[in-house]
Amino acid sequence: MDHAVYRKEAFEKVTGAARYVGDYETPGLHHAELITSPLPHARIRSVDVRAAVAVPGVRAILTGRESAILCGEVLEDRPPLARGRVRYCGEPVAVVVADCEAAAAEAAQAVRVDYEPLPPVRSVREALAEGAPRVHPDLGSYRIAQQPVAPRAGSNVADHAKVRRGHAPGALAKAEVVVEARYSLPQVDHAAMETRGVRCEILPDGRIELHTCSQAPFEVQKAIATYFRIGVGSVVVHTPLVGGGFGGKAPVQLEVIAVLCAQAIGGRPVKLINSREQDIAASPVGPGLEARVRLGATRAGRLVAAELEYWLDIGAYADSTPRVARAVASACTGPYRTDDVWCDVYCVYTNHTYGTAWRGFGHMPMTFAIERTMDKLAARVGKDPAELRRANLIGPGDRTPTQVELNRNLLGDLPKCLERARELVGWRGRGVRGEGEDRHVRGQGVACFWKTSSSPPNATSGALITLNADGSVNLAVGAVETGAGTKTTAALILAHRLDIPVEQVHLHMDVNTLVDPEHWKTVASMATYMVGQAVLDAAEDAVRQLKHMGGVVLKCSPEDLDVGRGRVFLKDDPDLYVDVKDVAHGYQYPDGDSVGGQVMGRGAYIMRHLTLLDPETGRGMPGPSWTVGAQAVEVELDTRDFTYRILKAVTVLDAGRVINPAVARGVVMGGMSMGLGYGSRECLMYGDGGELLSNQLRTYKVMRAGEEPEAYHVEFVETPQKNAPLGARPIGEHGVLGMPAALASALSAAAGVELDTVPLTPERIWRVVREAGR
Amino acid sequence: MRRDELALDVNGEACRVLARGADTLLEVLRGQLGLTGAKPGCENGDCGACTVIVDGAPIKSCMMLAQEAAGRRVRTVEGLAGTAAQQAFVERFAFQCGYCTSGFLMVAQALCEAHPGADEARMLEWLRSNICRCTGYEEIRAAVRDAVARAKAPAVQGTEPVASASRQG
Repeated sequence: MDHAVYRKEAFEKVTGAARYVGDYETPGLHHAELITSPLPHARIRSVDVRAAVAVPGVRAILTGRESAILCGEVLEDRPPLARGRVRYCGEPVAVVVADCEAAAAEAAQAVRVDYEPLPPVRSVREALAEGAPRVHPDLGSYRIAQQPVAPRAGSNVADHAKVRRGHAPGALAKAEVVVEARYSLPQVDHAAMETRGVRCEILPDGRIELHTCSQAPFEVQKAIATYFRIGVGSVVVHTPLVGGGFGGKAPVQLEVIAVLCAQAIGGRPVKLINSREQDIAASPVGPGLEARVRLGATRAGRLVAAELEYWLDIGAYADSTPRVARAVASACTGPYRTDDVWCDVYCVYTNHTYGTAWRGFGHMPMTFAIERTMDKLAARVGKDPAELRRANLIGPGDRTPTQVELNRNLLGDLPKCLERARELVGWRGRGVRGEGEDRHVRGQGVACFWKTSSSPPNATSGALITLNADGSVNLAVGAVETGAGTKTTAALILAHRLDIPVEQVHLHMDVNTLVDPEHWKTVASMATYMVGQAVLDAAEDAVRQLKHMGGVVLKCSPEDLDVGRGRVFLKDDPDLYVDVKDVAHGYQYPDGDSVGGQVMGRGAYIMRHLTLLDPETGRGMPGPSWTVGAQAVEVELDTRDFTYRILKAVTVLDAGRVINPAVARGVVMGGMSMGLGYGSRECLMYGDGGELLSNQLRTYKVMRAGEEPEAYHVEFVETPQKNAPLGARPIGEHGVLGMPAALASALSAAAGVELDTVPLTPERIWRVVREAGR
Repeated sequence: MRRDELALDVNGEACRVLARGADTLLEVLRGQLGLTGAKPGCENGDCGACTVIVDGAPIKSCMMLAQEAAGRRVRTVEGLAGTAAQQAFVERFAFQCGYCTSGFLMVAQALCEAHPGADEARMLEWLRSNICRCTGYEEIRAAVRDAVARAKAPAVQGTEPVASASRQG
């Protein structure tokens, strides 16, 4: 476990052999092309397809009129193709199916849609204003697919999640110090390098075969079965290697359109791949956030109350955002101790691209609001920002906003993380002039985070092991390989349990719902936790069988035996053994007669003791543990033009136990890079008319080489989690969480102003400084 | 739709393809030759996932017409075998999802050939053409640094075949 193990698929990925969903092309595969809305809000008067159908090779053109399906993981509010009206720029309005890509593209351009523009809802503020246009006039009539969700008919509020612990308004009225701040943070794109795409074919017996780059093939399977009213078993979903997900491939969207396309051409195979422009505009993004934070404290800076309002800009459709809202509610204070907490999280419809899960499930913007306010509180009470945080860290014995009593096992060691982060960044806690050229000012910022899974209480995972005749092991799990090394980690856990080299564990990188055991979704940083438990369970099953066979061969009780290093051996006399390979497919006696059969282990896991949150108080158990950590950033700001360099970026998190150090470090660093991207340059920008302005990678800017911090410092504290495989805590999302806040605090310290939004471009810093009259 | 026969030299092999005038090199490599290592990421030159080497220079194959490639030497990631760049990318964990990797590898390979021993500034200039969304770039830069250094000192190059190196101490 201590040395770095290469990803199982490493050599495929450096030779071009790694195959993704768009890499398959066969004769007879049709191509589908979306026609998307250029307007944020409009009535569709008519769709004229006459010129389009005349393009040679066109087989079908579909609009929203052809299907009555409404989609939605939580609230069924979204037609797969717009019906009657469009609600965001980029919304799929029609789809062309043709025998080749060029014909589909040509026909798509020939489709004429006549729109009657409606006034767009361009922000959360506009959505909540008196007399605002309704994004969903029929909100009260939508079917709820998954409770809890609380849509408010006659408004633009799709959901409202609450936390009521103690009496925050009363406590705030009595507090010696109250800080209040508001934040407005933009939507964020996942910008996975592989755009979303799918292939679909319907077999003569009605079976629907889908190939999709999904983080949730088993959810796709269920959703398609529901929408098309067939048995779950009659939908088979295949997911090959996935080119990055970050939450954007968890929702079900293009799959539904692809099935409609395949139906329209008699079940023949069809491929639908987003262009980059469509991937940003048409497929879901990370929600924006408006926040109002009120913190009450003693004069010494001890928190006594928090009153929090968060409004998620969910865009045109709800997708999984009601679940995001509950995740935000359950973590609403950040990792700080507060007895009186009231929190309201609203999902607000706007005419923006719709929202879904984004790395951190709402925690990144929420953490920004809390952490920036903690800095303001520190300034108000005259404390060092890191010291103020240390004094308020939540710990064992404290209760979370949803009233879970914490212990070290559930929480990990946050004080240790913060202390180490301070050391690594060389914490000074204020702006410092550079030496020599005095227009350069250095600033530092710190942020703490926590996050739990907020997964459904019945989320499951499974593992199947079959033994080969050479004693090596095949492992099948239902988690998707999106790049986080999930499959390799599963193999490592199995290798560890069986005490064999990881090279002797074989696994397939794709997921096939027909043969692989179900895994809820590869999201919430939970794959290793859940898959790992299932793998260990399956290993136990295989070991039991091996011991049984060993007992037969060695003429002893199975209890006398152990398994490891390719042998089944006597515990008290390891030299007496039988090779695993000799019992893997049954044992053959010297006379030729045989006993037993192939050893196959099966393992299953289901979440334990999680509960839905109480609709009035929020009380409930949202996940199996909290991963905690501290982050810090040091910048050097050029006060002449407000450009800056990120000198250091630090993350110290309690990983429980690190299973594959190089991979773990890489995943955390990647998260940090993404968080710094959101803090410094990424932004889904909308124009005055509500039109999306940033739908390409030249306008939606992500980090490039050379823009990363001059030094990354990633370290792990290891407080093993008892109920986790090998003690490993979830770490996949967490690198992103506090980075934008730490960057904003560092730049605020350097510039001497309060920078309370992102992205912090030089121009934005300049504007704030100018307005402050500095 | 009119398609013309085109003779291409890809990875040292003479290939004949049928291409429309508007077909990009990327489309032809992937759709007709099955060389899917080059990936579409944006198809307008922003991301570099489709990078191949044409006559020694890294080229975004989504920005080049297939016809323009006729008579020139095209190399794709499938044509790399046992290079220092591939080995370094594995050893340095310079990828996660792998989608951008072929493009970065081709930039790295072209850099090794054009500027063995390239300094940090030149390396960075070349790497800025491509986007990776998973890593923090530190790993990619470390890998390219290794590859460039090995290209400068051929004596230590390729002493160990890539496929046998499965662990790092």
